[in-house]
Amino acid sequence: MDEKNLVEQAGISNIIDDENTASLIINRDRVTSRNTVPGLTVDTENIKDGVKINIALKDNTTIERPVHLCFGVLHKKAVQIIKLNLEMGQNCSMSVYSHCVFPFAEDVTHAMDATIKIGKNSKYEYLERHIHSEEGGIKVIPRASVTLEENSRYKSEFELMRGRVGLIDMDYEVFCKSYSVMDMSVRISGRGDDKINIKETGNLIGEHSKGALTSRIAVRDEASADIYNKLIATADYARGHVDCKEIVRDNATANAVPVVEVKNPRAHITHEASIGSVDSKELQTLMSRGLNEEQAVELIIEGLLS
Amino acid sequence: MKFLEIKNLNLEVNGSKLLDNLSLSLKKGMVYAVVGPNGVGKTTLGHTIMGLEGYRSFRGDILFKGESIKDLDIYERAVRGITLAWQEPARFEGISIEKFISSSGKNISPDDVSKILNDVGMEPETYRRRAVDKSLSGGERKKVELASILAMKPELVILDELDSGIDMETIKNIFKAISYLKSSGSTIILITHSQAVLKQAEYAFLMCHGRILKEGKTPSISKYFSRKCLPCDHKNVPEE
Repeated sequence: MDEKNLVEQAGISNIIDDENTASLIINRDRVTSRNTVPGLTVDTENIKDGVKINIALKDNTTIERPVHLCFGVLHKKAVQIIKLNLEMGQNCSMSVYSHCVFPFAEDVTHAMDATIKIGKNSKYEYLERHIHSEEGGIKVIPRASVTLEENSRYKSEFELMRGRVGLIDMDYEVFCKSYSVMDMSVRISGRGDDKINIKETGNLIGEHSKGALTSRIAVRDEASADIYNKLIATADYARGHVDCKEIVRDNATANAVPVVEVKNPRAHITHEASIGSVDSKELQTLMSRGLNEEQAVELIIEGLLS
Repeated sequence: MKFLEIKNLNLEVNGSKLLDNLSLSLKKGMVYAVVGPNGVGKTTLGHTIMGLEGYRSFRGDILFKGESIKDLDIYERAVRGITLAWQEPARFEGISIEKFISSSGKNISPDDVSKILNDVGMEPETYRRRAVDKSLSGGERKKVELASILAMKPELVILDELDSGIDMETIKNIFKAISYLKSSGSTIILITHSQAVLKQAEYAFLMCHGRILKEGKTPSISKYFSRKCLPCDHKNVPEE
């Protein structure tokens, strides 16, 4: 019953019945459903308050359909710990959709600690979609260390689909070897007394490696956001860009710290950051088309977070 | 009753007089041009009619269909049917062209969006899902701006320098859209210093140093403008 409710909340009821789509459903500290496809191995082990997961992809494997992970807690009060070890072989391709579902949370902690290795010439896409309670009684504490081998690709997106942030305290670090490319983006809207702490670090350690860190944050009421994006280039011809945009309303506060560290004269990194209210020209344009101020601001923020 | 009546408009910003006792009146359903060299106050006049930020503290009055709109904000003026196309249109990260256009009107269906995009010379399937952001060229952005105005079906539309930085093909599409707006009953103010755009108007106002220097049917103003104003030989101070 819980499993059904969980996947319904995540909007993936049709996925777990599809034998050609890999999936793993974890309700609190219990694996409730699992399906794998050729080339993909998923092992799990119960640990205190959570589950340890080992995911491996054999060399030369392309997973055609996205792999769905669903980590959820339907209880009001609980702790869920996920320890994820993901290893992709060479010449692989896989997309993972991770649904993190905490719709009734009053005092829930979801902590994830991930180690991800992406093999040579492989491509990994990770889309993390959160559904939270309207009360915001949730602490999301994800940590990840990602290593990209030569000529690999890593793309990640983090998005809050529904409910309030509560606390998000994210710390991801990526190491890019030669000719690899990372592209990480975070889009979150905070309200009430939500707290958004994002720390993303990209290490461009291989020649011709590339990295982009993008943050789009909107905060209102008493919410706060601290965004710390750092790109470090140590290799020849490394290229990177840090882009942070935050819209602040009411009594909310936002800090953005784009850090660029270049330790190689042949590397090049750029950054841009803007914090403040909604752009006046955008706002006035929409109002001149007949949207009231509230509608115009909502549309601008919807666009920013889309 | 005059459709739009501007009475003794005076606007100063940071000690500079931008509009100097300016008065004019418009009839419904006509295409007007406001011409003049750079810096004479044409855009300021447009922004003041629309009530943009920084253009609200003026002396004089603006009457729209007999009612003063002096104390109305942009939204309230838009609800009454007034809108403005910016010389440099805003860009919106993440907002699709379809969403932007449909937000500008009431009950705009996807088919309506397709028709409107065709009307401004944009292939609907190529553009509807693209964002109104920096990936669009200046000309594309102008056409999207005009498309949103077509969706709004305004009573009074101010088009500010709509030909700046765009190619001839795009200008043709824009002129077509102006005809469409006129045929739908909109009153149009073209702010320009281009003879090609001026020729789209039926009646024109020549501005100089924050004032209306001359007004009349387009050919007479066009002739005066091309002879006396380009280049301006009296440093933007009206000849007596």
